[in-house]
Amino acid sequence: MAAAMPLALFVLQLLGPGGWCLAEPQRDSLREELVITPLPSGDVAATFQFRTRWDSELQREGVSHYRLFPKALGQLISKYSLRELHLSFTQGFWRTRYWGPPFLQAPSGAELWVWFQDTVTNVDKSWKELSNVLSGIFCASLNFIDSTNTVTPTASFKPLGLANDTDHYFLRYAVLPREVVCTENLTPWKKLLPCSSKAGLSVLLKADRLFHTSYHSQAVHIRPVCRNARCTSISWELRQTLSVVFDAFITGQGKKDWSLFRMFSRTLTEPCPLASESRVYVDITNYNQDNETLEVNPPPTTTYQDVILGTRKTYAIYDLLDTATINNSRNLNIQLKWKRPAENGYIHYQPAQDRLQPHLLEMLIQLPANSVTKVSIQFERALLKWTEYTPDPNHGFYVSPSVLSALVPSMVAAKPVDWEESPLFNSLFPVSDGSNYFVRLYTEPLLVNLPTPDFSMPYNVICLTCTVVAVCYGSFYNLLTRTFHIEEPRTGGLAKRLANLIRRIRGVPLL
Amino acid sequence: MPSEVVRGKRAALFFAAVAIVLGLPLWWKTTETYRASLPYSQISGLNALQLRLMVPVTVVFTRESVPLDDQEKLPFTVVHEREIPLKYKMKIKCRFQKAYRRALDYEEEALSSGSAQEAEAMLDEPQEQAEGSLTVYVISEHSSLLPQDMMSYIGPKRTAVVRGIMHREAFNIIGRRIIQVAQAMSLTEDVLAAALADHLPEDKWSAEKRRPLKSSLGYEITFSLLNPDPKSHDVHWDIEGAVRRYVQPFLNALSAAGNFSVDSQILYYAMLGVNPRFDSASSSYYLDMHNLPHVINPVESRLGSSAASLYPVLNFLLYVPELAHSPLYIQDKDGAPVATNAFHSPRWGGIMVYNVDSKAYNASALPVRVEVDMVRVMEVFLAQLRLLFGIAQPQVPPKCLLSGPKSEGLTTWELDRLLWARSVENLATATTTLTSLAQLLGKISNIVIKDNVASEVYRAVAAIQKSAEELASGHLASAFVASQEAVTSSECAFFDPSLLHLLYFPDDQKFAIYIPLFLPMAVPILLSLVKIFLETRKSWKKPEKTD
Repeated sequence: MAAAMPLALFVLQLLGPGGWCLAEPQRDSLREELVITPLPSGDVAATFQFRTRWDSELQREGVSHYRLFPKALGQLISKYSLRELHLSFTQGFWRTRYWGPPFLQAPSGAELWVWFQDTVTNVDKSWKELSNVLSGIFCASLNFIDSTNTVTPTASFKPLGLANDTDHYFLRYAVLPREVVCTENLTPWKKLLPCSSKAGLSVLLKADRLFHTSYHSQAVHIRPVCRNARCTSISWELRQTLSVVFDAFITGQGKKDWSLFRMFSRTLTEPCPLASESRVYVDITNYNQDNETLEVNPPPTTTYQDVILGTRKTYAIYDLLDTATINNSRNLNIQLKWKRPAENGYIHYQPAQDRLQPHLLEMLIQLPANSVTKVSIQFERALLKWTEYTPDPNHGFYVSPSVLSALVPSMVAAKPVDWEESPLFNSLFPVSDGSNYFVRLYTEPLLVNLPTPDFSMPYNVICLTCTVVAVCYGSFYNLLTRTFHIEEPRTGGLAKRLANLIRRIRGVPLL
Repeated sequence: MPSEVVRGKRAALFFAAVAIVLGLPLWWKTTETYRASLPYSQISGLNALQLRLMVPVTVVFTRESVPLDDQEKLPFTVVHEREIPLKYKMKIKCRFQKAYRRALDYEEEALSSGSAQEAEAMLDEPQEQAEGSLTVYVISEHSSLLPQDMMSYIGPKRTAVVRGIMHREAFNIIGRRIIQVAQAMSLTEDVLAAALADHLPEDKWSAEKRRPLKSSLGYEITFSLLNPDPKSHDVHWDIEGAVRRYVQPFLNALSAAGNFSVDSQILYYAMLGVNPRFDSASSSYYLDMHNLPHVINPVESRLGSSAASLYPVLNFLLYVPELAHSPLYIQDKDGAPVATNAFHSPRWGGIMVYNVDSKAYNASALPVRVEVDMVRVMEVFLAQLRLLFGIAQPQVPPKCLLSGPKSEGLTTWELDRLLWARSVENLATATTTLTSLAQLLGKISNIVIKDNVASEVYRAVAAIQKSAEELASGHLASAFVASQEAVTSSECAFFDPSLLHLLYFPDDQKFAIYIPLFLPMAVPILLSLVKIFLETRKSWKKPEKTD
């Protein structure tokens, strides 16, 4: 930045005195909310929602003045005549089978769908420009949205907000499944929050924790809503949502307990002074499975019950604007403990590091009789560095067999015998008592086919074609330019010479 | 046998002929990049362009301003031309064309009124002056229109008043005075040097001269209220009213220079990048001048890019320091606090620190409600806005009375002066852009030049020439429009994405592709040509020997 200069004030003859400063009601409001849901699989889902409502007709006013509503998005609404905008960035996939239905749905990668106002004449041009601008705002590759991946759904994407008519000509929808979501997308998203990440619930949004999760989805939804019950005028609503699923098992050494600090490595210290509502909801519904009960700490002041996504649920509410919530301990670290710990199991997991150490997963399980237990592990295929391929890469790569060590109860109780005396074949594994015997089983090794790249293909093709052309051309050229003539043999072969030698000795005329 | 050899020779020659006559042109044609023709000579001619800036000055003589016999000579025209010495490749000449005439009746009447303001009001109505032109009224030596010790007066519009003289050389003396006044109102070396600051070699004044924003089709002005401590301060500002009352009239007056859009925002928890120094004597905090550049960068990341347009953004920040750092003052080089508590950054905008009245803290519990005094703030921001647009105070000749600006905060001749400067700057920018484009295209032969790029280049060249002509004939408004068109077209051509398509196509890749085909084909042809050549030479030499 160039040098800054103090200013010599130039006195202006300005019109009129400043007789205003009337206390007018705020035209915008902010509500923030965090819902923490322990999932059936033992993972924990955290869903943030920040809602900014602005009682203003953005498209009507020439000069725009922003308070809580971010200027960058407000300018977009008026410049491109947007009616609704829905943009989501998602890393991972919401596993409905294990996690139950999500609050906020989003596809993997980036999704953008926009309803334009019916005053827009060239929708495709606005759509292209808008995706380019959004790409700049959110540091994402939305600029790859073009006509090849844009569709206009006619039935499935109705406006979520206030809408008079739904002519789907003004709708555009695109998904970029390849988009990788990372910190550079989160930072601009956080900047749109009025309290940035300095106060309120947004202090928990620490990138290194949020991306160390099984699922991460952040979204921006803009839509017009009714300003009042009679809907005489409209307001604009901006919802910024973020949901993450923490893998509580892995980080919690097999326990399903969690706390805010363990998940986000931060605690809540103060409410955002700009928010009119700032709450944390914790799902304490008693599923009554395995007779487990859960306990939240500190105890909530109120609870909230409702039917959500088809099931009756109970939530503990922590209101950050309530001074009692934070003041006692200067910070709020909500903890949840499962009263009766899970069965006598043990899981040890050591994740792999690329080119340094392999994965190690150990599980101690007590198997019920006559049951089938299946342990399956997912893996992803990755490309190796080109020097790391074996000489026969198409053969595949081996994954070492898994080991099953079991203490099997024996049918007949054996007498305890002296270990030294017993035959060798029966005394490798020490057995504490006679009622069990020890078995160790190995599974087959797994042969995995990794993708093998061929980098030299284009050059090979060029060389091959050129060689073919050159060979054809060469023979053709030789045929046409060389002259062929038969040369008379000057002397005969060896047989003729031998015959002549014999003839000379015999005195017979030569051949 | 000889016939066979001759046939082989002919075949080899035919192959070579086909390869050269048919193959080479075919290969050349199919791998050629399309390059539309460009007016290279005209572009290089632009560098030596002579800019002649004509300022039409109408000089009106009242009855008793000059001796009678001189009055008889009216009307006539005098041209005063002068080269402006700048270290720039374009020669810039400034030409004041003074049309002398006698005053009309209503002008006489107006100029005999009591004060300059009144006279101006009466002179204003009948005629609308063209942009860039000036009217100078010469009044009698003892007229009471001006205070007695003042020789001349510069009005808020395009008019000035100069005292006449009863002297033998009256026209010469008055002519010099008129030139002085006209220069102050239109073109001076300083104004042009500031406009061309980017194109001139560095000098010690360049930092000062590079303060104004670069010329552009439009500008975005953003007012931001930074409240780093919303827990303690509940700050309210009536920005809608302030923009309507103060900024909009100024921008309306300036609207000839470009499109303007204004918006504002409030940013919470936006901190300055440096920790202010605590001064225990006055129990207040200070920002040193050398710290000021570091203030801006951390704030800027929160300001938000202007997503909706490509125009340059001017930021004006009002910073209400947090309670822990209040009150906060800006110190200048000598350590004295700056009166306005504000500073500006060239081509970026301005920052003003607004301290909350310390009495407010005692009265009520936190957060304290703060109502910003917008008159104080807007005075500073408008002054900074003028500086950032390069509307500097003119060099007034001695004994000259300068009228204050109109209520918009901008005189008409200041706007004209800005348009002169911007036109020259636009022409310089467009010329530089075209020259570098022509150089680039000449240097890299891989670049495809499409027809639309070529047409933009032609349009830009034509616009530059038109603008220069209009400047020379004194039509400022149309010259400015043409210069803007020149900049737009030249940038459009320079940044056309089609120029980049084949930019990276290095020679080694070409060889890798061509050699497998060309080497096996070329070697036999060359070898047989060499053989034929050697044989022919041998057969020529043999007859010589026998001779």
